Amino acid sequence: MTAALAEQDTLPAAAATPPPAARGRRRRGSDQGVPRWQIYLPLGLYLLFTLLPFYWMLLFALRPAGSNALVPWPVTGEHFQKVWNERSFGIFFQNSMIVGVASLVMTTAVALAGGYALARFEFRIKRGFMLALLASQFIPGALMLVPLFEIFKNLQMINSLGSVVIAETVFQLPLSIILISGFIKNVPVSLEEQAWVDGCGRFRAFCAVVLPLLRPGLIAVGSFAFVHSWNHFLFALMFLSSQDKQTIPVGLNTLIGADSVDLGALAAGGVIAAVPVVIVFAFIQKWLITGFSAGAVKG
Amino acid sequence: MAHAVAKPPRVTRCRTGGPARRLPYLLIAPAGLLMLGFIAYPMLSVLYYSLRNYNVTKPWRNGYAGLDNFTRILTDDPQFWDTLVFSGKWVVTEVLSQLLLGLVLALLVNQTFLGRGLARALVFSPWAVSGVLTTTIWMLLYNPSTGISRYLADAGIGTYGTSVLSDTGTVFWAAVVAELWRGVPFFAILLLADLQSIPRDLYEAASVDGAGRARQFLHITLPHLKDAIILSTLLRGVWEFNNVDLLYTLTGGGPAGQTTTLPLYVANTGINGHDFGYASALTTVAFVILLFCSILYLRLSTFGGEAK
Repeated sequence: MTAALAEQDTLPAAAATPPPAARGRRRRGSDQGVPRWQIYLPLGLYLLFTLLPFYWMLLFALRPAGSNALVPWPVTGEHFQKVWNERSFGIFFQNSMIVGVASLVMTTAVALAGGYALARFEFRIKRGFMLALLASQFIPGALMLVPLFEIFKNLQMINSLGSVVIAETVFQLPLSIILISGFIKNVPVSLEEQAWVDGCGRFRAFCAVVLPLLRPGLIAVGSFAFVHSWNHFLFALMFLSSQDKQTIPVGLNTLIGADSVDLGALAAGGVIAAVPVVIVFAFIQKWLITGFSAGAVKG
Repeated sequence: MAHAVAKPPRVTRCRTGGPARRLPYLLIAPAGLLMLGFIAYPMLSVLYYSLRNYNVTKPWRNGYAGLDNFTRILTDDPQFWDTLVFSGKWVVTEVLSQLLLGLVLALLVNQTFLGRGLARALVFSPWAVSGVLTTTIWMLLYNPSTGISRYLADAGIGTYGTSVLSDTGTVFWAAVVAELWRGVPFFAILLLADLQSIPRDLYEAASVDGAGRARQFLHITLPHLKDAIILSTLLRGVWEFNNVDLLYTLTGGGPAGQTTTLPLYVANTGINGHDFGYASALTTVAFVILLFCSILYLRLSTFGGEAK
């Protein structure tokens, strides 16, 4: 596993521009005898399945209301204007950003501490803690809405974005800790020890030596956290009651549930919801595979 | 841990008294406290409520109920069994088809070909989309008057005005396809990650020995992927069971309860029906079923048999 990772693009620079020659040479073994059409045909079909729905959404968002054209021309911004101003997607967008960024920061910070403890120390409750992390994967967030609602009510946090941030963070923590501890294990202990010898404390050594090497992993974990809380719907739906506090998925659901669905507005809302996650995805796509092989599968 | 310990004395030093001894506990404290407060405590509340009558619309009935809720679930609630059957159908269909498609996809994008980077980015992109956005996109496609079926009908395929979401015969498959769309990439990413850790020389040696691609797949690729497949199908199964975002918004559990999974039934009972006691008992039962199925699955697949 570790060997494969070293061979894989562990460093950001390497991930961005893999040396083509090395790649070709490495892959040749399994490629012999695979006719190109056996790759392109099924992949093309799958691409169609993947991209058609995206295209359909763009089509509805960009073409004028009442049009049946399959190409959105002339392009109109009326649907975007409508959802952004009249349907308060501007406010929803802002709330979603706050929730997404706050849970990104909280999840990464808390998981970094926990992951470091799991990767670098032996301590008495370690096994129990790991077991709790795994067990929590079986507990459905949706089924705990009622007690969670009561807790936040007692904390007087109902209808505040803080409740959603905490709930999203908590349910992403277990996987994030497991992933991050996988990344830290891949950083040789000896690197840290050298820094200790040079007179650094544990914390300074960690910041100076380990943290820079963790950057791709942290970006992956942070992005999962952001994308997840950006997309997630139930907590926001249940804990936020007033419209000015709601997030984009809740706004979309209101459009879906409307008696006469305004498809143009719905599609434009969908595009607004998709833009940040698509940007994040494009940014981390290269690290995604490494991230999973380091943490989730083997952790 | 074991393989990270390059020089044992150093690590031992960290364990001998002083602040270093408390450090790991300090480090896991934030995560531990959050999980105790917002996972363990709510879980215990669910157990507590499940033994009570607790309905905000009927406060006069509230109080200790013993096992009444559970007896009602098991003996007097046909809807529970319906939702259980649907949950099983949903999880098995989703996980099997996601595994199959995900494996094919991972094998495809693991090959070297022109435009691989772009192809990977594109086929994985629905991973970033979830829940309500998936619903939004597929509602536009499924719309009977402006969706894909209308254009197909224009071209002479199928009939006008078919709404796959309100027809009991098609709603299940309509939901399955929408969920597949965003579920397959996740599987493919996990499996691709594992595919890349197979040493290339294994294939080279096999092909020197005259093994064809089919035999290489059966004797090298599949055995290597076994653990990843078991783990990812388990995680995915749990996730598909628990996930309510998509069905809640796409079908609302309808038509006529045809697509209500057990968690969706719980949500409806507790949140819309305000019957927290009964919903909590349903939650407990769902959790037990999930745990039981997971353990059974791990036993049957003998996961980690040699590792531990």
